[in-house]
Amino acid sequence: MSEALLEVQNLKKYYSASKGMFKKFGDSVKAVDGVSFTIEKGEVFGLVGESGSGKSTIGKTILRLHEKTDGDVKFKGKDVFSLSKKELRQLRVQTQLVFQDPFSSLNPRLRVGDAIGEAMVEHGLVSKKEVRERVLEVMEKCGLSPFHIDRYPHEFSGGQRQRIVIARAMALNPEFIVMDEPVAALDVSIQAQIINLFSDLQRENGLSYLFISHDLSVVEHLCTKIAIMYLGNIVELAPKEELFDHPLHPYTKALLSAIPIPDPTAKRERIILTGDIPSPINPPSGCKFRTRCPMATDLCAEKAPDYRDAGGGHFVACHYV
Amino acid sequence: MNEMLLQVNHLQTNFYTESGVVKAVNDVSFAIREGETVCIVGESGCGKSITALSLMQLIPENGKVEGGEINFAGKNLLDLSKKDIRRLRGNEIGMIFQEPMTSLNPVFTIGEQMIEPIQEHLLLSKKAAYKKAMELITMLGIPNAEKIVNLYPHELSGGMLQRIMIAIALSCNPKLIIADEPTTALDVTIQAQILDLLRDIKKEFNTSMLLITHDLGVVAEMADYVVVMYAGKVVEEGPVLELFKNPQHPYTKGLLKAKPVIGERKDRLYTIAGQVPNLVDLSEACYFADRCEHAMDICRVKQPVLTEMAKGQKTACWLYEDGENQ
Repeated sequence: MSEALLEVQNLKKYYSASKGMFKKFGDSVKAVDGVSFTIEKGEVFGLVGESGSGKSTIGKTILRLHEKTDGDVKFKGKDVFSLSKKELRQLRVQTQLVFQDPFSSLNPRLRVGDAIGEAMVEHGLVSKKEVRERVLEVMEKCGLSPFHIDRYPHEFSGGQRQRIVIARAMALNPEFIVMDEPVAALDVSIQAQIINLFSDLQRENGLSYLFISHDLSVVEHLCTKIAIMYLGNIVELAPKEELFDHPLHPYTKALLSAIPIPDPTAKRERIILTGDIPSPINPPSGCKFRTRCPMATDLCAEKAPDYRDAGGGHFVACHYV
Repeated sequence: MNEMLLQVNHLQTNFYTESGVVKAVNDVSFAIREGETVCIVGESGCGKSITALSLMQLIPENGKVEGGEINFAGKNLLDLSKKDIRRLRGNEIGMIFQEPMTSLNPVFTIGEQMIEPIQEHLLLSKKAAYKKAMELITMLGIPNAEKIVNLYPHELSGGMLQRIMIAIALSCNPKLIIADEPTTALDVTIQAQILDLLRDIKKEFNTSMLLITHDLGVVAEMADYVVVMYAGKVVEEGPVLELFKNPQHPYTKGLLKAKPVIGERKDRLYTIAGQVPNLVDLSEACYFADRCEHAMDICRVKQPVLTEMAKGQKTACWLYEDGENQ
C-alpha cells in the first residue's frame, strides 16, 4: 500500500486578480501557495478547508485542467505538466472528476446512456456495438435502473443525478477520482446513500480518491488521510485517527470545535475564531492564520512557520506545536 | 411556562402548478412560547421554508394560504389587511434569510438599508435612526461602525452581511425572529460565530425564535423544541432533549442515524432508501410509507395523525397508534 500514485511537490497556482483593459500588473490571488502531499494507491485522501482556501484549485490543477504557476505534480511517476498530447489523453482516462452540483454538470440535451457512454467511445475503450451493454453494467454498479438509460437529466432528482455523474466517471475505469464537494448539495438521507456508494466503488475497484469537502464529519467517515487547508496552504496533514484524536494546529482545533454535533447533551469547549478569512490577494505576513489565531505572537507576524513532520507522518505548520 | 406568543393551527399552503396542486404545507400546527427557540427541521422540499413564509404572508404568487390560523400576540394574522401585515413585518416579526449576499439591495449602502425600517416602523427621525443603526452594528460585534454604514453590500463578507441582516431584523425590537437557514451559506467557523451571536441575542432580549434548518447539529445546539417535517407534514415534534434521546418516528430515527458524526467511526452509514415523494397528487397513505422499514398494511391506506406520546413528544406514525412507547 505504499506505492505513490500522485505526488505533489510545492505546487503553486496564482490567478491574476484584475481583469480587463485596466489590468494592474503584480496583483495576484495566491489560491494555492506551496502545497505538498502524496496520495498512495487505494488511499482516500481528504482535503478540507473553508471557502477560498484553494482546495478546488488543487483538484483542478493536479488533473491539469488548469496550468500550474510553480511546483511539481507527478501521476504514476510522470510529470503531469510535461506530458505529450497522447499521454495527456491517457491521463484523461485514468483520472476523473466529480463536481458538487449535479444539476449543472450534465448536458440537459444528452440522454443518460449517451452521457455515460460518450467518453468510452471517444477514447476507443469499447466499440459502438458494445457501448450500451457496458453502460448498463456501470449504471447497475452505481445504483441506477436499466430503464433510466434513455431518460434525460431533468427527469432525475439531485441524488440520482449525482449517481449518473459518478457512473460517467466510473465508465472509463479510472484509477484516481477527484471528488469536489460531491455530497454538499444533497440532503442528509440521500447523502448517506451516495457516501456508501463511494465506499463500495472504492473497495471493489481499488480506487484512489482526492475527496474535497468542507464537512469534517463526512471526511472523517470516508477518508484515510486528511489535509487541512487555510488560505492556500496545508496547515496540518495526518492519518485520520491521528488528526481527529490529536489535532495539533490551532485552526484544526477550532474547526473541530465549531462543527455542531447532533446531540443536545454534548458538552465541549468551543473555540470561536474571531474575524473573517483574510483576502488571498493580500494575505497577512508570516503565518496566514495569525489574524484569527488565539495563540498568535510577534513571531507569527515575522516568520511563516515551517511545514514539518511532528512525528509519525503528522505534518503541521505552526511555531507553537 | 412562559406565555404563548405564536400558535399555528392546521396551516395549509397550496401551490397551483402546471402539473397539479402541490400541498407544500399540509395541516401543520405548532406553537412558540415567549423566549423559546423552535426549530423546524427537514430536507429540501418538506415545506419548512414555506411554513416560515406563510407566517409572514410572503409566499410566491402561485401559492396561497388556504386554511388554518396563525395566532400571533392575540391576532389571527390571516385576518389582517395587507396594510396591517406590512406594519407587522420587520417590526414585531423580524426575518433573516439564508443568502445574506442576495437579501440586501446592492445599490443602497448598508446604512440606508438599516435606517429605512427603523424610520418606517419606529417613526424616528433620520438622525435618531442613524444613531440606532450605529448602536446595533456595534452591539453585533462589527468594528468600525462609522465606516461600515457607508459601504455597499458587495464590499462585505458573507459573515458580515449576515450580521447586518441580523441587525436589521433586530432593529425594531421584534417579539419573534424567523431565521430561515441563517448559516447554511456560511463557513463552519463563521457559522459558529453567528450561532453564538443568535444565542446571545436570545438571552439578552428574550426574543422568541423560529429557526428553519436542515442541519441536525444546528438544531441540537439552538433549539428548545423541535418540529420534524416530511413532505409538507409534521411527522414528529418534542422538546430537544427528548427528541434526540428518544426519537420515535422512523424518519427522525433514520435522519439521526444517516448523518455522519465526528468521533463516531462507523463502517457504513445508515441509509433511508428511496427519495422524497412528489408532492403532486399524493395518495391517502402515510407519505413516508414507501421508504419506511416498518411499513404495515395500514400505512399504505390511511394517514396517521399526530399523537401525544410520553414526555411531551408527539408523533404521527401507526407504530404508536395507542400512544405508548414501543
